[in-house]
Amino acid sequence: MDDEFPTRDEDELHTRLKAYEGRAATVAGVGRDPVNAPMIRHWCEAMGDRNPAYTGPDAIAPPTMLQAWIMGGLSGHGGRARAYGELLALLDEAGCTSVVATDCEQEYLRPLRPGDEVTFDTVIESVSGRKTTKLGTGYFVTTRTDIRVGGASAGTHRFRILKYAPAGHDLKDRDQDRNQDGDRNQDGDRNQDRGRQEAARRPRPVVNRDNAGFWEGVRRHRLLVQRCTACATLRFPWLPGCGTCGSAGWDTVEASGEGTVYSYVVMHHPPFPAFSPPYAIGLIELAEGVRIVSNVVDVPYDKVRIGLPVELEFRAYDDDSVLPVFRPRAGEAAA
Amino acid sequence: MSVRTRDSLGGRAAIVGIGATEFSKDSGRSELRLAAESVRAALADAGLTPADVDGLVTFTMDTSPEITVAQACGMGELSFFSRVHYGGGAACATVQQAALAVAAGVAEVVVCYRAFNERSGRRFGSGVRHREPSAEGTALGWTLPFGLLTPASWVAMTAQRYLYAYGLTPEDAFGPVAVTARRHAAANPAAYFHGRPITRADHAASRWIAEPLRLLDCCQETDGGQALVVTSVERARDLRQPPAVVTAAAQGAGRSQEQMTSFYRDDLTGLPEMSVVARQLWRGSGLAPADIDVGILYDHFTPFVLMQLEEFGFCAPGEAPAFVAEDRLPLNTHGGQLGEAYLHGMNGVAEAVRQLRGTSVNQVPGAARTLVTAGTGVPTSGLVLTADGAVEG
Ligand SMILES: [Zn+2]
Repeated sequence: MDDEFPTRDEDELHTRLKAYEGRAATVAGVGRDPVNAPMIRHWCEAMGDRNPAYTGPDAIAPPTMLQAWIMGGLSGHGGRARAYGELLALLDEAGCTSVVATDCEQEYLRPLRPGDEVTFDTVIESVSGRKTTKLGTGYFVTTRTDIRVGGASAGTHRFRILKYAPAGHDLKDRDQDRNQDGDRNQDGDRNQDRGRQEAARRPRPVVNRDNAGFWEGVRRHRLLVQRCTACATLRFPWLPGCGTCGSAGWDTVEASGEGTVYSYVVMHHPPFPAFSPPYAIGLIELAEGVRIVSNVVDVPYDKVRIGLPVELEFRAYDDDSVLPVFRPRAGEAAA
Repeated sequence: MSVRTRDSLGGRAAIVGIGATEFSKDSGRSELRLAAESVRAALADAGLTPADVDGLVTFTMDTSPEITVAQACGMGELSFFSRVHYGGGAACATVQQAALAVAAGVAEVVVCYRAFNERSGRRFGSGVRHREPSAEGTALGWTLPFGLLTPASWVAMTAQRYLYAYGLTPEDAFGPVAVTARRHAAANPAAYFHGRPITRADHAASRWIAEPLRLLDCCQETDGGQALVVTSVERARDLRQPPAVVTAAAQGAGRSQEQMTSFYRDDLTGLPEMSVVARQLWRGSGLAPADIDVGILYDHFTPFVLMQLEEFGFCAPGEAPAFVAEDRLPLNTHGGQLGEAYLHGMNGVAEAVRQLRGTSVNQVPGAARTLVTAGTGVPTSGLVLTADGAVEG
């Protein structure tokens, strides 16, 4: 039963953390100072930004200063709701005592000008599943702050922190052995392992009566391609008729498993729970001539290229799902 | 327009009113309210009233039913309502539906609309993991388990092949499209990116979304609504705005067509469905690429603008990046969906109308013949809109 993950404790913690999504972190916050020329000038000098839009009688504030107008400073500011403190305390209790800011995303809806007085509300937008990074294992907490001037939206500021137990320190309910093959390679395996740890599952194959034979074949580790019994044209994806001659009759041939990368995409954004960007997805042209979308595994995402010879492999994901994936053909490892 | 023979639709109907909400990141109101506001604005622009309307057309994806928009706008009986499928591919086809109804006498005044809170509500790029299984879901099921999850990634798969086929870099191929859109948007007060042009260097420095696509290759997710009023050319001549005559309208789907994931056909360097549209529009209008004064080509992602220019014959395959960089055709003069707003292509139809009226913020002097296209990578549609009398009927 070693592979049963997540543990019940982890599930329970995640459920409790998730309950904070959508709750307010700051209500009716007020900027400590109005937007003002001195702060803009200091900022521009520090950044070496000589954009003329930020000086003179019609000056606007650099959009990237957005956070500067809502920072609480050393003494903090009022308006902070209890929910955020509770969420952090819950994570502290679970052993996630360290914190690091990971990224920030801003949208600028209208320029801010000296004299503008900003108000803001912050909401706990999301709490991720359990993630393991080089720093340690923990949870990403994302807050979104909506900034307004005179009631009108001026921008949004998304801020993400990782609240984590430093590597080498146990999470309270954590079985360290779980991570033994954690960083085996750059793509599929890491996704798989993380997927198990955080219970974030890949989207399932979508199976219906027209393609059940394909997924049944995959379960038995056979990659089946449809063949028209009237004109012998091979086809993929599976459909109940031939696109060349229209015949409804078909049988299958088993693909040899040899192929080449016909095209590929490297996914960077947005992140999805079951996948860890960046990762490569290939459009594989099989030796038989049809194409299939799949993962290119056992090769760093930045080494995938059009024309790379690959071969089929079946891998289990999320404990119960088998997918056909492709690795570089022997002697073609591009790393 | 049939795939095989010329039709008799051209010159029978015209767009006489355009109206939109503001384009924002958070409209703060319902999609129905956006639809109703844009419809009312389009009717006011035409000098018509809701009581004049007897037909409505929208997208199958729209959440505001025709009958509800009619109620919310104070319309009476409807003799025609229709929806077109395939996301943004419906944009120009809504006008085609309206023109068909008007030409056949099924309706006298038809309003086409599309309104959504695409940015603040359900975002198209936020994953389809929770989508209900369906026939369309089955098609997506071939890509989702592998992490190919977003519209940007689906476009990127074909874009990668385009770069490879012509030996281009993402920066050189896609940069000019982004820069052109943002230059036009910079002059457009209605545009999200008003006053914010970009350089090729900005484009090249923007972060990867789905390689080879960067942030600045992707359109502006938007909340908003846009509506268009269509009536007969005869009636249009009595109304307050110069008519934008529907000189040709067409839909197109290619062989082995999928929605956004047509990876299994030919060489992935073009948009065969847009070729189906192009052949019909050129034949129906009697025009050729050199006759077009302004092109409004659907630009949710930069690479497909290039392929459209090639499918329509403005330039040879692989030459579109240079064509755009050299400004050889006034293109997406409202700023496109990259710079103005992503309104599923309907704001592009409105821009073509403004060019024909002479009221665009980036007006092309004497613009009399425009080409507008709808969503790319899906079954799609297109229009040739012309000034009254600019093309022999
Ligand atoms: Zn056949």
